[in-house]
Amino acid sequence: MKLLAPERRILTKGIDTPNLNTIEVYEKQGGYSAMKKAFGMAPDAIIGEVKASGLRGRGGAGFPTGMKWGFVPFNLGKPIYLLCNADESEPGCFKDRLLLEKNPHLLIEGIIIASFAVRSHKSYIYVRGEYTLAAKIVQKAIDEAYAKGYLGKNILGSKHDLDLVLHRGAGAYICGEETGLISSLEGKKGYPRLKPPFPAVSGFLNCPTVVNNVETLCTVPWIIQNGGATYATYGTEKSKGTRLFCLSGWVNKPGVYEEELGLPLKVMIDHYGGGMKDGSKLKAVIPGGSSTPPLTPEEVDKCLLDYDHIATFGSFLGAGGIIVIPEHIPLIKILERISEFYWDESCGQCTPCREGTGWLFKTIRSIEHHHGHKEDIDDLKRTATSMMGATICALSDAAAMPVLGFLKKFPQDFQALLDEAERKRKVSAGRKLDGQETTEMTEVTR
Amino acid sequence: MSDETKKSEDVTKIAFTPERQKAFEATVAKYERKASALLPTLYLAQEQFGFLSPQVMVHVGKLLDMPPREVFEAASFYTMFRKKDMGQYLLQVCQNVSCCMMGSDDLFQVIKEELGIGPDEVTADKKFSLQPVQCLGSCDTAPVVQINDDYVERLDAEKFRALIKKLAAGEKVAEVNS
Ligand SMILES: Cc1cc2nc3c(=O)[nH]c(=O)nc-3n(C[C@H](O)[C@H](O)[C@H](O)COP(=O)(O)O)c2cc1C
Ligand code: SF4
Ligand code: FES
Repeated sequence: MKLLAPERRILTKGIDTPNLNTIEVYEKQGGYSAMKKAFGMAPDAIIGEVKASGLRGRGGAGFPTGMKWGFVPFNLGKPIYLLCNADESEPGCFKDRLLLEKNPHLLIEGIIIASFAVRSHKSYIYVRGEYTLAAKIVQKAIDEAYAKGYLGKNILGSKHDLDLVLHRGAGAYICGEETGLISSLEGKKGYPRLKPPFPAVSGFLNCPTVVNNVETLCTVPWIIQNGGATYATYGTEKSKGTRLFCLSGWVNKPGVYEEELGLPLKVMIDHYGGGMKDGSKLKAVIPGGSSTPPLTPEEVDKCLLDYDHIATFGSFLGAGGIIVIPEHIPLIKILERISEFYWDESCGQCTPCREGTGWLFKTIRSIEHHHGHKEDIDDLKRTATSMMGATICALSDAAAMPVLGFLKKFPQDFQALLDEAERKRKVSAGRKLDGQETTEMTEVTR
Repeated sequence: MSDETKKSEDVTKIAFTPERQKAFEATVAKYERKASALLPTLYLAQEQFGFLSPQVMVHVGKLLDMPPREVFEAASFYTMFRKKDMGQYLLQVCQNVSCCMMGSDDLFQVIKEELGIGPDEVTADKKFSLQPVQCLGSCDTAPVVQINDDYVERLDAEKFRALIKKLAAGEKVAEVNS
């Protein structure tokens, strides 16, 4: 297995260069030359390069970027908006923050090129509210780009105009869902909207709107500079390019690592992550952020980090959040945190999601506290299954998938908790028969 | 709390300071619709008044030509807007997977021991409050606490206890976070 050499990195080459977030240093490193090249190309040729690159969206859904841009109806006579999704809030994911804080001009350059390709003259970066440092850094970079004439009217004589605005969210995971983001940017609660119409046709203010993730847009300058075909030589046959993987949990060296798609997961954990902390034994890995079903240690040994291979293990690359769980952490606790998260963040518009997320969370918590019953497992499976594909947005599926995944891959862990609950009940009933007081709770109120 | 908050009892007396009024106007000008400036305007208001009282939200509605109901709804939808005085330091402790695995439960325990408060409570001297939060996007430096705007990373019980003591003694987050 060959690792990606540092000089071949696409997104993180030289990312630790001091002051890379200033326009001087960024340009010294060759920054903004892809933008200049792009202005010499036809917008459709740019879309063509991105199509040829095979780049798929890095926000989680993995939709082909060039195809998305190609869907935009350019001739409606309406303004076209380009929204950069920097709401990064899926538990386990922190790659966009790195790009925003360390290399904001790369994102701005990507946005300028993308806006030129999709004929957009107004763009917003929607950054999650908690990322105050990133927001400050990006705002400063935007100001520098305006001062240089890279934003505003008639950029470098190209006749292309672009205004770019940084917009801060305010603490709502659902605003990362593209239509929730659009609602939020319109000054409303971040309620997702039913698709179709897709944002590319009717999004922000009912105008055609392209929504792309930070990492997706940051990849664009390289593709334009080096060509889509060159990008496609990275990665595997069907999963092209490199990605940022966010490694956290029980490893020696957590962090963000760029690698080619197709890298064995085991290499990511052992080589980049420096292996398990304190020599602990591996229990499970969540491979793509909290919504992605976990992998067992045997699966971790075999799994490659590419879109198709990971699917054969019933999971996804998601937004690149790899969470490593050691043996001593009870899986029920992990699942409890995950299901509480989705319950907390459900916007409440759809009944299966609003009710289902609460039911999952409460049932899991009751199992965790040894109040479970043997019917609970089937009940969880039934509830989770009924939440899939039945709602306005995919948060409901995101809440259901880890529950189904954990139950399927680690049934013995959950069975053990139910057995323990049963044993406690027996002891408690026995004491009652003996006429002794019992303080044990046998049921948790739902 | 500041004098401005006391004045906020009477909605007619609520106004942005001249600099904030200017910042507000510059912000609105960036958007195609006034309503789009809702979140930045609420941030400006929170910065000035400390939290969003109903009177402050009515004022924001007026500025943006929005019915107060819509401002209330939005303000309660987004968790970063404070609806009551949360004191000088809002301790936002991440309780999600990676932080939990790396010991965030201990941090809640430290807060209980040192400050005697639980979730959404404020100390009597209005110096500290606690809010459990979801993943802060910093799982590689877990466990993480966000204190007002600043992230404090790679914590453990002892470091966190020392930090709280320093803040209580009047040091600034930036000073103790280097
Ligand atoms: C519940 C939910 C949350 C999401 N959160 C994010 C997010 O924080 N950042 C992001 O880029 N995409 C997020 N997405 C995916 C977006 O809806 C959208 O697919 C993405 O921004 C498109 O950009 P891409 O094609 O470049 O990936 C989320 C989706 C769902 C269903
Ligand atoms: S699925 Fe859940 S989060 Fe998505 S719109 Fe419906 S209720 Fe809201
Ligand atoms: S889990 Fe705490 S920062 Fe991600």
